[in-house]
Amino acid sequence: MRRMPTLGRLPAWAVLIGALVLTIFPFYWMVRTALTPAADLYADSGSLFPSNPTLVNFQRILGLTSQEEARAAGGSGARIDFARYLLNSVVYSGLIATLQTFFCAMAGYAFARLRFPGRELVFGIVIAALMVPPIFTLLPNFVLVKNLDWVNTFAGMVAPSILMTPFAVFFLRQFFLSIPRDVEEAARLDGNGAWGVFWRIVLPMSRGPLITIGLTTTVWAWKDYLWPLLVGREEETRVLTVALGVFLQQSPNTRPDWTGLMAGSTLSVLPVLILLIFLGRRLVQSLNFSGIR
Amino acid sequence: MRAEERSQAAEPPDDTGAARRRRARPRDDRRAAWLFLIPALAGFVIFYGYPTVRGLWYSLTDYNLLSEPAFVGGENYAQLVRDPQFWHSLGVTVYYVVVNIGSQLLLGLLLAALMHRLTRSVALRAMLLLPWLVPNVTVALLWVWLLDADLGFVNHLLKALGFGTVGFLVSPDWALPTIGLVNTWAYTGYTALLLYAGMLQIPPHLYESAALDGAGELRMFRSVTLPMLRPVLALVLVVSLIGSFQIFDTVAVAAGGRGASSAIRVIYYFIYQHAFQYFHMGYASAAALMLALVLGVLTVVQLRLLRASSSDLA
Repeated sequence: MRRMPTLGRLPAWAVLIGALVLTIFPFYWMVRTALTPAADLYADSGSLFPSNPTLVNFQRILGLTSQEEARAAGGSGARIDFARYLLNSVVYSGLIATLQTFFCAMAGYAFARLRFPGRELVFGIVIAALMVPPIFTLLPNFVLVKNLDWVNTFAGMVAPSILMTPFAVFFLRQFFLSIPRDVEEAARLDGNGAWGVFWRIVLPMSRGPLITIGLTTTVWAWKDYLWPLLVGREEETRVLTVALGVFLQQSPNTRPDWTGLMAGSTLSVLPVLILLIFLGRRLVQSLNFSGIR
Repeated sequence: MRAEERSQAAEPPDDTGAARRRRARPRDDRRAAWLFLIPALAGFVIFYGYPTVRGLWYSLTDYNLLSEPAFVGGENYAQLVRDPQFWHSLGVTVYYVVVNIGSQLLLGLLLAALMHRLTRSVALRAMLLLPWLVPNVTVALLWVWLLDADLGFVNHLLKALGFGTVGFLVSPDWALPTIGLVNTWAYTGYTALLLYAGMLQIPPHLYESAALDGAGELRMFRSVTLPMLRPVLALVLVVSLIGSFQIFDTVAVAAGGRGASSAIRVIYYFIYQHAFQYFHMGYASAAALMLALVLGVLTVVQLRLLRASSSDLA
């Protein structure tokens, strides 16, 4: 490809680097605030580095300090235990991502490769569900979970998401359609049934798309807020996003506990940052058109 | 599927073992298929199909979550179209969507074009993707803090530059565009990467011949990149629109859990409030259905675009 003229590249790079700085700076400011003692917040609201870096904010939101110490460090004295919320978030998104991916792969395979009467019709109905926006099913699903007495249980939190989403079925079916038929035929002749072909041939061949769907589902569940807010309010099931919201409400309106909030925010970024560092290439490649918000 | 039927028809009717096994397949398949589909279909019926029907029914009832739903016919809808709050929320949402999508697409297109011409760095792409990976709740918190009227860094900068401070998220005039721009920050990298991926599909020889014709960078962007990118651009636009209409977490957190001021009460928040704060489940369902109609149309368009580009998937 023809290269841009040198002079034109300078402003182009400047714009790109500017965008990068704008992207990264808020995260830097978050960490910088989390490392600042609450008492110093007013004193250096503009300095780029924390004046007396400290880990006390992390310690108190992880519940590692006593109530008195936490209050002395600028906390409201309310009991918070972000270690637990972090674990809840990991369980929540882990369960949803693995089970949903697996069940959707099974369904996608049946729709792509197994012949049965009514296949096109059933698939069409499943895909039609894409047209129903989440908020519309969310209200009755909440009623259902409430009637089952599943509010504040992990069962209630993950039930609507672990079995399927129409998009994942659609996406995986699309990929399975592209697997050469001969490979499957050969496995069949070796005496494999449908399950054997799926388990020994199709799944190993589809590692890429499976990781794609698994990763995007993880991100989606990690970011999720409204459903866990409604169904998992209590300590035992509270995930990080909900905990941050509750933490904000608990801290006084006039003087929010910013150092604690930023320490909590840092915890909510850390796992996805690790994901990005180890699976960055895969993640960047796996962007799909699922329309996650 | 077509090809599959054809290959079956073309199968010679001999009686070797392999062929027998192959012919025995369809009945086998039938049972296996339904077994494969059990979990997904159960999930579909319980958490998609049935709730859709329930939601339609709730929208025709008066239901406070405690007593049984009482049928009221079209009353909720009649009330909804007369409710100025509802129209206000819709208006707020459209305003938000316009700000958010407009800036996000323009910036995303600019970034994608720059990446396309300058670098293929995965590290750069990963960094641009970071805000998208972070929960909207965190995004909102970061910016509520950065934009804080007293201690926020942005206002500190404004002061240093000789401007007055702005209460970005508390001022009724500023709050909504601010939230629109905050989510632009969160989603532009993602949008840019989708568009960038689309640009990589454009055959390089088009650029080469354009260069031979003496086209400059801008001309190439206008005459090669934009037209070739149109299908991807359309899909990204529709997907962003669908997502944008459903903004909730950012608003909920920016409002600090103290009830969003009317300036930022988007339609999702309106529905949320009626369902879970005022316990008007029927009314909320009716409003959700109105939103569903808008999103349904967009989703049909999205599905068409997806099918058209499904060969690029995976």
